[in-house]
Amino acid sequence: MSDLRFEDVTVEYGATRAVDGVSLTVPAGEVVGLVGESGSGKSTLARAAVGLAPVAGGRITLAGAPVPSRGRHRPLQMVFQDPYSSLDPRMSIGESIAEAIPPGSSRAARKAEVERLLELVHLDPARAGARPSELSGGQRQRVALARALAGRPAVVIADEITSALDVSIQGAVLNLVRELQRELGLSMLFISHNLAVVRYVATHVAVMRDGRIVEEGPTAEVLARPDHDYTRELLAAVPGRHHETRSPR
Amino acid sequence: MVPMRRWMNVFRSPLGLAATALTAVVLVLAVVAPILWTDDADATDTSNILAGPSGDHWAGTDNLGRDIFFRTLVATRLSVELALAATVIAVVAGLLLGTAAFLLGRRLGRVVTASINIAVAFPGILLALFFAVIFGVGATGAVLAIGLAGAPGFGRLTQTLVAGIESRDYIAAARVAGVGRVRILFRHVLPNIAEPLVVNTTISAGGALLAFAGLSFLGLGVQQPQYDWGRLLFDGISSIYVNPASALAPGTAVLLAGLAFNLFGESVAKALGVSVVGRLPVLPAMAATLDEDEAQVAATGHAAGELVLDVRDLEVTFPGPGGPVRPVRGVTFAVRRGEAVGVVGESGSGKSLTALAVSRLVGDPGRVDAARLELLGTDLRAGDDKAQRQFLGTSLAMVFQDPMTSFNPTQRMGRQLAEVATHHQGMDRRSALARAVDRLRAVRITEPERRAHQYPHEFSGGMRQRAMIGMGLMGSPALIIADEPTTALDVTVQQQVLDLLASIRAADDVALVLISHDVTVVGEVCDRVMVMYAGRIVEDLPAADLATGARHPYTRALVAAVPDMDTDLDAPLATIPGRPVDPSEVPAGCAYAARCPLASARCTTEEPALVTDGAGRRVACWHAGEAIDLVVPAPREEVEAS
Amino acid sequence: MSLASSVAPASPRVGVASHPWVRFGVRRLGRLLVSMWVLVTASFLMIHLIPGDPVRAALGPTAPASLVAAKRAEMGLDDPILVQYWHYLQHLFTGDLGTSIVSQLPVSEIVSQRLPATLQLALLAFVVAVLVAVPVGVLMGVLTRRGHGRRTELAFTTTSVVLGIIPDFLVGVGLVYVFGVHLGWLPVAGDDTPSAYVLPVLSLAIGPAAILSRIIRVEMVTVLEADFVRTARAKRLPARTVYLGHALPNALTASLTIGGLILGSMVAGTVLVENVFAWPGLGSTIVSSILNKDYQVVQAVVIVYGASVLVVNTLVDVALAVLDPRSMIRED
Repeated sequence: MSDLRFEDVTVEYGATRAVDGVSLTVPAGEVVGLVGESGSGKSTLARAAVGLAPVAGGRITLAGAPVPSRGRHRPLQMVFQDPYSSLDPRMSIGESIAEAIPPGSSRAARKAEVERLLELVHLDPARAGARPSELSGGQRQRVALARALAGRPAVVIADEITSALDVSIQGAVLNLVRELQRELGLSMLFISHNLAVVRYVATHVAVMRDGRIVEEGPTAEVLARPDHDYTRELLAAVPGRHHETRSPR
Repeated sequence: MVPMRRWMNVFRSPLGLAATALTAVVLVLAVVAPILWTDDADATDTSNILAGPSGDHWAGTDNLGRDIFFRTLVATRLSVELALAATVIAVVAGLLLGTAAFLLGRRLGRVVTASINIAVAFPGILLALFFAVIFGVGATGAVLAIGLAGAPGFGRLTQTLVAGIESRDYIAAARVAGVGRVRILFRHVLPNIAEPLVVNTTISAGGALLAFAGLSFLGLGVQQPQYDWGRLLFDGISSIYVNPASALAPGTAVLLAGLAFNLFGESVAKALGVSVVGRLPVLPAMAATLDEDEAQVAATGHAAGELVLDVRDLEVTFPGPGGPVRPVRGVTFAVRRGEAVGVVGESGSGKSLTALAVSRLVGDPGRVDAARLELLGTDLRAGDDKAQRQFLGTSLAMVFQDPMTSFNPTQRMGRQLAEVATHHQGMDRRSALARAVDRLRAVRITEPERRAHQYPHEFSGGMRQRAMIGMGLMGSPALIIADEPTTALDVTVQQQVLDLLASIRAADDVALVLISHDVTVVGEVCDRVMVMYAGRIVEDLPAADLATGARHPYTRALVAAVPDMDTDLDAPLATIPGRPVDPSEVPAGCAYAARCPLASARCTTEEPALVTDGAGRRVACWHAGEAIDLVVPAPREEVEAS
Repeated sequence: MSLASSVAPASPRVGVASHPWVRFGVRRLGRLLVSMWVLVTASFLMIHLIPGDPVRAALGPTAPASLVAAKRAEMGLDDPILVQYWHYLQHLFTGDLGTSIVSQLPVSEIVSQRLPATLQLALLAFVVAVLVAVPVGVLMGVLTRRGHGRRTELAFTTTSVVLGIIPDFLVGVGLVYVFGVHLGWLPVAGDDTPSAYVLPVLSLAIGPAAILSRIIRVEMVTVLEADFVRTARAKRLPARTVYLGHALPNALTASLTIGGLILGSMVAGTVLVENVFAWPGLGSTIVSSILNKDYQVVQAVVIVYGASVLVVNTLVDVALAVLDPRSMIRED
């Protein structure tokens, strides 16, 4: 099976160790949530997986083999946080998606593939020629998802993909993530600082702090019976759960 | 915007038009002048040496009796040619240097960057002299010298532009997709930096023209019998007392041509919104109407002494290109002593502007109007006199979203807090600082004495936000207005700040207006929640009723669209189709109608009023409380052209 | 919930080396030294990059071959290049800049004679430029904030752009014509009387003053939009305190980097201006030396000019670090 495995991965920037001996598995067909606060190293871990950050120690494997970071076939794809900076403003959304399709197919096949992908993320294929500036933030994020899927990935890494969106749009993107996972059996590493969002999309969850994973397990279990103090602290900090527990001072 | 139309902007300003015309004249002269007037320029008139201006010789003659006016015209070609040649060298070398860091990868790139940094530290004229020594005195040497001297600057510019694009996620996305570096450079990077590069090339050409004149003027550039403007100037300056025109004519020519290229480039830059090296873009055009708010004296008295804040029909207007834009359109609400009121809405709903308008912080050219705007019974619409400032400075506290940028980076924390006391409470510096330390302690900052002597950047985000609250507590506020106070903070830190606000409220009966996009945060902290959409309050209800008792379809969708820790995992989240309303294009009728599942014909024509029910809850909807199937199957969204 | 988690994160390395001032000082000094080395090496290589024999070029085609050979030997030009480089560095450290091939005078003597006049000119011009630019820029910033005074802004921007583009030597020529030739009010050459300073200083100062005032205006307008100025207004401070107490220091800090570059370019700008006004400084020396192929002098003057610029830049960075402590960190 094409599991994505992080084995004792360490990433260093100068003297700071952003990721410190992290081991984590994203099983095929599952969505694993990775929660943590800013500076916990969760985004660095993701960037290391796709070759955007240098790995100082350990290894990252996909189906048992190292993740290729050269060449045109990239079985690991990534969706970024800011939909306003993740699409080239000068390219049509169709071109952006087509660029990620592995080479070797005819022009017509690529066009058909772009249309299929747009359809998949609930965008009108007829608008493949539109520029990103004509799209709302949520629509751009769907294009970014379609581009990631164009590479026919085994695993998709989603890095805070809803945190830059307005609340009314977030829901639609989260629904789409769940739908893609169910219909395509997509494996996903879903990174977020928002526990409620992770709870909604992920079957497994890992909690990261200061470059280390402090707790992991099935989402329902971790959230109901957290083992680690930090997980408890995070849970206690989720707004909207304290009407009963907190006495007004 | 269509590119052509943006280019047309160049000709809008008189300066841009003049620069364009002048550039065209220079280029035309460069082509035709040598063809037409070379013979006139070379004709010697030995009977008329070093003569002043006359009918025959408009700018007089030189020491061989040659006509200076014609020589100046003919020199256009050589001057422009040499300047362009030098510019080409500078641009090509600069592009190579500037993109090297991107192509070579991290380690080699760093070496190139360091070399550029060292080279740009030396002024161009020094580099030009250095190269002039190596390449020798003469036109060719000068072209190489000026070209190479310009390369580091252009390299730095290219590098900055490339770095700006490189940090964008679409470059990372292309790399993840397996696109090679060279291909990324040509497909994604260069097209996105082409405009500023072209503009700066034009400006460099102007610079090269002037620099060339400088070198020739020093006698290091063009040598006789060739002549460019600089050479003519070099010859002319020695006879400036005999015939001033011999220096002034070529001087004026080089000046006009240099200005033409430079100003043409600047005008294009301005029209395209491109920034220029070392020169900063001017403020975007804002047609400002600068009427001061006419403070109409409110005739109505106020009864409720309970009220801390009383706002009626608040409007905020900005001048826009297509007429006035009104992001806040008639907001009425009141806040009682000790009450916590939340204001929720998406970006562009007018919630933050409402807060700024209430606290009298909407700057020009915005305009605030209200039928009533009172804090503790004092009319805030009156002018900005000392008494008013003192009153607001001590009874209203503000907390802003970004604690990173909301403190003065060049002043110590303690001093920034103490300032409130020295200005409004008549304290001397020492007791004001003592009060500041005391307030820092009150907001649970450890070691407040030491912290008071630190700069804002030495504080963590959460500490800064608490310090901001402490600053508000320097006086004795009756109201704290907090605009997204926790959005920039991590969840655990967010909780500390919210706890702090709650305890201050409980201790001193301070009222709180909390503005947030996050329904859950507001629901937790506040007694009452006002939901804003397109500049109006659409619903006002007790926070406890948010989850189940909301009646406006927007409020209900907002609550259902955000997952919380109790969301049903088997059902999809509610979605709101379409996008929020642009304040400059508020539709007729109910602004939410286009996105609303309950919308009827009436909703698109008639705007519902905010109606108060018996329990004091308010809602503005023709279909308030009607049943909706919130879970709509994800529709395929049409991409709207904008 | 612990408060510990909100305390500012500690730096991973401890000890003296992690103190921001020490790290800043070491890094900045390192950059200065590397730049100096590049400058010195470049000036050394300059002579060797010139096509042909520099001694032959300096002495002219008629000089006897024996004289050229003797001179070459005296200057050590026949040694291996690394040995020459080593001697060059040695001499430089002892203050020995060689001998002028044209005047036979020690180069160090020429430089020390000529340097003061150039420094005087550059510093005076810088002081004048700053004294003009700061008040004008601040005033214009306040007058044109937030779309106020559109006409004032247009007039100011146009004037300052045009004045900023005109090169100093053309300003000089214009001033010579108006005040020297036409009106005859002021001397146009030399540095003998105080009035002789007026025109050279003005020619050098006008352009930079225009550029600097424009930058200060833009920075002022930008700073007035900043969040912390809004905070100052939320504290209900009087307008004077907001502008002069909060906005101005930050606007000046932001302008300082470019101000430093301008000062650096003013040092170099003396080359042209000195040649307009026959000013007895290094600028007129370097040009005549280049034309006379007196390369020893050229080398020395290039080093002096380059080093002054580097020192100015370093001083500016230090000043910036004092005024705005964040700038030390930003450089990391």
